[in-house]
Amino acid sequence: MTWVLANLEQIWELTVAHILLSIAPILLGFVLAVPIGWFAHRFRVSRGVVLTVCGLLYTIPSLALIVAMPTILGTKILDPLNLIVTLTLYAIALMVRTATDAFDAVSKDVIQSSTAVGFGAWRRFWQVELPLAGPVLLAGLRVVSTSTVSLVTLGALVGMSGLGYLFTNGYQRNFPTEILTGIVGTVLIAVVFDVLLVLIGRMLLPWARVDEAARRGAGSARVKAVAA
Amino acid sequence: MNLFADAIGWILDPSHWTGPDGIPNRILEHLGYTTITVLIATAIAVTLGLYIGHTGRLRGLVVGVTGALRALPTLGLLVYLAVLFGLGIRFALLPTIIVLVVLAIPPLLAGAYSGVQSVDGRTVDAARSMGMTEWQILWKVEVPLALPLIIGGIRSAVLQVVATATVAAYISLGGLGRYIIDALPVRDYTKVLVGALLVTILALVLDGILIFCQRLTIPAGVRAIQISSRERSTSRSTPAVSSAA
Repeated sequence: MTWVLANLEQIWELTVAHILLSIAPILLGFVLAVPIGWFAHRFRVSRGVVLTVCGLLYTIPSLALIVAMPTILGTKILDPLNLIVTLTLYAIALMVRTATDAFDAVSKDVIQSSTAVGFGAWRRFWQVELPLAGPVLLAGLRVVSTSTVSLVTLGALVGMSGLGYLFTNGYQRNFPTEILTGIVGTVLIAVVFDVLLVLIGRMLLPWARVDEAARRGAGSARVKAVAA
Repeated sequence: MNLFADAIGWILDPSHWTGPDGIPNRILEHLGYTTITVLIATAIAVTLGLYIGHTGRLRGLVVGVTGALRALPTLGLLVYLAVLFGLGIRFALLPTIIVLVVLAIPPLLAGAYSGVQSVDGRTVDAARSMGMTEWQILWKVEVPLALPLIIGGIRSAVLQVVATATVAAYISLGGLGRYIIDALPVRDYTKVLVGALLVTILALVLDGILIFCQRLTIPAGVRAIQISSRERSTSRSTPAVSSAA
């Protein structure tokens, strides 16, 4: 604890760096994955191709991709861009699957009704499909956010800033307190991001809560019936 | 792109295929960590997942555990345990296996739990009304029907463990991560890429084998239903199209 207090300034700097490195991949991954997921949902041919590519992408070990990035992008090994591009790719790989499922789950009847009352494809996407796919998209985004925050620590192995620095430095100094500080910090960032996403979700998707409550009510009723 | 050619040349060089730092030995080490980890994690997580799926108890635990474990940074946990145990290089295996097991539990637990959950409640009720004991229901009805999803969980666990076992080299273990971790400080990026390529290839091969197993485990009855329902849906859609025209 004394170590933590004595090094608060450095820990704070690393935390800020960690947050900055996490935000870009999470947002970019989401923004890119939603249209890709929509195309995969809409057109049967692209679906197989897109989902297979995402599956393959996810098999590449993250550390391997980070170190291979300079070769692919022509960047310097210490460029934060390597980490951001790698984590964005992972975010897309994780998110496209969920996005496809989310659009698949939107009821066909609702889509047809909206077409029938005169919605064009563009307005239908923004006002019908996207809002209804929202809750599932949010669930996917929460997974992406948590795993991205935790993956940023790997950047420390290639000399990147962030809380992962406390792991490599603490290991070299044989100092568990420092490492534990890094772990707790990383988990805290992940939790804060998650809470923020849930709150944003509540504001943007108020109907999701009504749905959930209804489902939970129905579920408990069923359990009671079985118990009786 | 030249680096890729160099890396492939390095892999194909016969002199890199012998000795303790040779490719076959590193692959065997890597497979060794993966196998031990997945066996231990499966024993823990699938047992727990089947219990939760069958009884419906502790359901909140699945969500909580999978979420919380995902947030734990693997590298941090690994070096923390390594320093905490302080057992030195010879016993680096223990913290590595613990960390990889922690990593493998969420997908396995989710697979086993959702597998049992996905079994139609009427099928389970039918089995119960025929006089099957709970144990028989689990082994003769739920597990066979859940098997594709359980193996799906094993697939994602294996993928993650193979990919992450590279980090074990950081605390001086072997495996394919050695190429990456040894070559980084001396800026031998060809060798780094070699490590990256070999891990990816290994992951793809293992995934291919598991996909094959997943196909095999779909029960014959379920496969028959899938095929007949597909035929029915296509035959139904054809007249609909023609009448629309």
